Amino acid sequence: MSGGERKTDLCAMAPAAYGTRIALAHGGGGQLTDELLESSILPHLGNDLLNEMLDSAILPQTPGRLAFTIDGYVVQPLKFPGGDIGRLAVSGTVNDLAVCGARPLGLALSLILAEGLEKKILEEVMASIAATAAEAGVHVVTGDTKVVGRGQADGMYITTAGIGMISGQGPHPRRVKTGDVIILSGSIADHGLAVMLAREMPQMHSALRSDVAPLNKMIETLMKRIATVAFMRDPTRGGLAGAAADLARRTGLHVVLEEEKILVRPETQHAAQMLGLDPLEVANEGKVLIVVPEADAAGALAALGDDPRGVDARVIGRVEARTDGVCELHTRLGGRRILQKPYGEQLPRIC
Amino acid sequence: MCLAVPAKLVTCDGTNGVADLHGNRVEVSTLLVPGVKQGDWVLVHAGFAIQKLEEDEAQETFALLGDMAKAAGKEAAASVAAERGFSATTRPDTRKGGSK
Amino acid sequence: MSAALSPQESIARLRAAAARLGRHANFMEVCGTHTVSVFRSGLHSLMPDNVTLLSGPGCPVCVTSQGDIDQLVELALRKDVTLCTYGDMIRVTGATGSLEGARGQGADVRVLYSALDAVKIAIAEPRRQVVFAAVGFETTTPATAAAILEADRLFLGNFTALTSHKVIMPAMRALLEGGSSTGKLINVDGFLCPGHVAVILGAAAFRPVVENYGKACVIAGFEPEQIAAAMALLVEMVADGKPVLANAYPQAVSEEGNTVAWGLVQKVFEPCPSYWRGLGVLPDSGLGLRAPYTRYDARIRFELGTPGNREPAGCRCGDVITGRATPAECRLFGNVCTPIRAIGPCMVSSEGTCQAWFKYQRVSKEGKP
Repeated sequence: MSGGERKTDLCAMAPAAYGTRIALAHGGGGQLTDELLESSILPHLGNDLLNEMLDSAILPQTPGRLAFTIDGYVVQPLKFPGGDIGRLAVSGTVNDLAVCGARPLGLALSLILAEGLEKKILEEVMASIAATAAEAGVHVVTGDTKVVGRGQADGMYITTAGIGMISGQGPHPRRVKTGDVIILSGSIADHGLAVMLAREMPQMHSALRSDVAPLNKMIETLMKRIATVAFMRDPTRGGLAGAAADLARRTGLHVVLEEEKILVRPETQHAAQMLGLDPLEVANEGKVLIVVPEADAAGALAALGDDPRGVDARVIGRVEARTDGVCELHTRLGGRRILQKPYGEQLPRIC
Repeated sequence: MCLAVPAKLVTCDGTNGVADLHGNRVEVSTLLVPGVKQGDWVLVHAGFAIQKLEEDEAQETFALLGDMAKAAGKEAAASVAAERGFSATTRPDTRKGGSK
Repeated sequence: MSAALSPQESIARLRAAAARLGRHANFMEVCGTHTVSVFRSGLHSLMPDNVTLLSGPGCPVCVTSQGDIDQLVELALRKDVTLCTYGDMIRVTGATGSLEGARGQGADVRVLYSALDAVKIAIAEPRRQVVFAAVGFETTTPATAAAILEADRLFLGNFTALTSHKVIMPAMRALLEGGSSTGKLINVDGFLCPGHVAVILGAAAFRPVVENYGKACVIAGFEPEQIAAAMALLVEMVADGKPVLANAYPQAVSEEGNTVAWGLVQKVFEPCPSYWRGLGVLPDSGLGLRAPYTRYDARIRFELGTPGNREPAGCRCGDVITGRATPAECRLFGNVCTPIRAIGPCMVSSEGTCQAWFKYQRVSKEGKP
């Protein structure tokens, strides 16, 4: 799809094309909305709770503390190598719960669709949401659908809220101590660059794939085996640099990362060079940063390695005693530089 | 802006080549390096091959040459570097400690 | 004889040579890609106290008049224009915004990997006026020349280039000779020379810097290890009092360069005076289209004038680019002038010295920024 055609392609509509494309009327809350739900959404997402179609989903009582999160997804293009907006919408929210030590209990899904969006695309995204939710072992228990005018919402925006339950003490920056090590579950920058490349250079055949994936099962295994996980973070917007700089700032301690240990795939590195971007600042949607006491590092790596998403996990850094809230990178060359949170919007519309 | 990477020409038909750049396949023009053929290693910048590389040099990804025999024809400037023993700085062959 | 030099060995040799120097030595790199590699690799934190590596006017976007960027944005916003650019240009901001911003307003801006892609688009979309943003130094210019020759071969009526190509040697001469714009001579002992410019021009292109000015020159690649080795070589040369030209990138750089590539450039372009932000107008420092190819000049096709050369008040980029001030010494740096709201050219591009300082903030020996 070339740039000029991009916006109109999804939304071109012949007058009586209600059959294959979304119309404004589908968002009206009336019979056409019901029809859309029955034909394009519920077949994919349906489950006992959702199917009740009450104004709220009533969840069973569960012991523990509630974790609650929300995220908006405005990625362009809607589909990219390795995933789509649907997979992103589930993974992002599930991972936000998981890194706080919460078991996901249910997702709420808000769809904002553009008039003229092909129903086929909507259904593919719904199927992707269903598959990803199944992977994560969670359901979409409630939702809402609105339709806005042609050209707005670039096809589709999704907002996902998630509720989870934390039993016991959850990870928190205050639990991070001097001497703790920092583990990263795999390679960086794959998601952001896969999306950017798909958007900017669709003609290129790339080996790049987004890493978008729900990590809650991997994290659950980790936390079962290692009780001392101090803190976790998924390095999405702002990349690893943003997450690490934040960790230093919040704990007030000194964080050191070792560049040699940070995995960047060759195709990712090359794409970054072409687009003038630094992989350390690029979003990841299937990775987690974990802080554990040094004594538990080997055990943590073993636990992560038992999950296919964690086979490339490595210790990439440590927390040091200086109370300056600074994050430093020890470079491949043996030099040092400060890692900061990226200043502005390096990568628009990648999640 | 000046980034160029070594790549192998996987196809080459006239001046139209395809290079594999770390897993990203790009079309490259060989207009600026007449005489290269499929299987050759080249330095690629912005869609153009700008220099032919010897395979072993390219394979070591930017290892500096120290061998004077190979540097024959690459004149005085290179020999100065070599005379001072500024030879191969081998890089790890995948970037930044990673494997695919 | 061909023992591999590890980064640790390069740094050790650099430090040993610096100890022999007995004075402070300055070196300068003149390539934006070197700037980024140096900053990202943390090389500054490894340098001995009496050696400084300055960043010079090596970022083609930064030394390009802001007016050129504004012209690109203006063209992009025209309904009939498809603006084609390299990926690292889309976020560069002029006075009226960036190409990415223009795209948000509905402009047809496309990122290319190759200049020839712009020609392909022109062929495929004959009703669009395709404009290619042709910025860069000698490494990138042959691609533009090839694209123009291809457009000419097909006699395309809908392809033009907005050319802002520059050549580096006049800037190096201006730095060494001083002048009304640059003021005093800068005080450097040698240059880290851009490896990929040298691939095109040949190592010989840098020989005049050694022969006429007595400065050490080492042509270097762009990996941190290569730069470290090249710096060690530079310091050793100066410590031994033997400044010469050395090619530390011989697998890609020959003495005569890629004569086919430069031949294409000379066929399509001719030297012309060019305005360098921070240095002023330098004769024969730019490349303009020769007469047979001026029909592919976007400025002529769209009747744009030469962009203005207004410099923002308070901006010290001229001093930064010539190594007389660090970005931190400019009072606009980091408060009024940031990567989001860049006032001066050095902050504009991802390869600019000020942006590199801002993002990669150097760490002193004590670990403080």
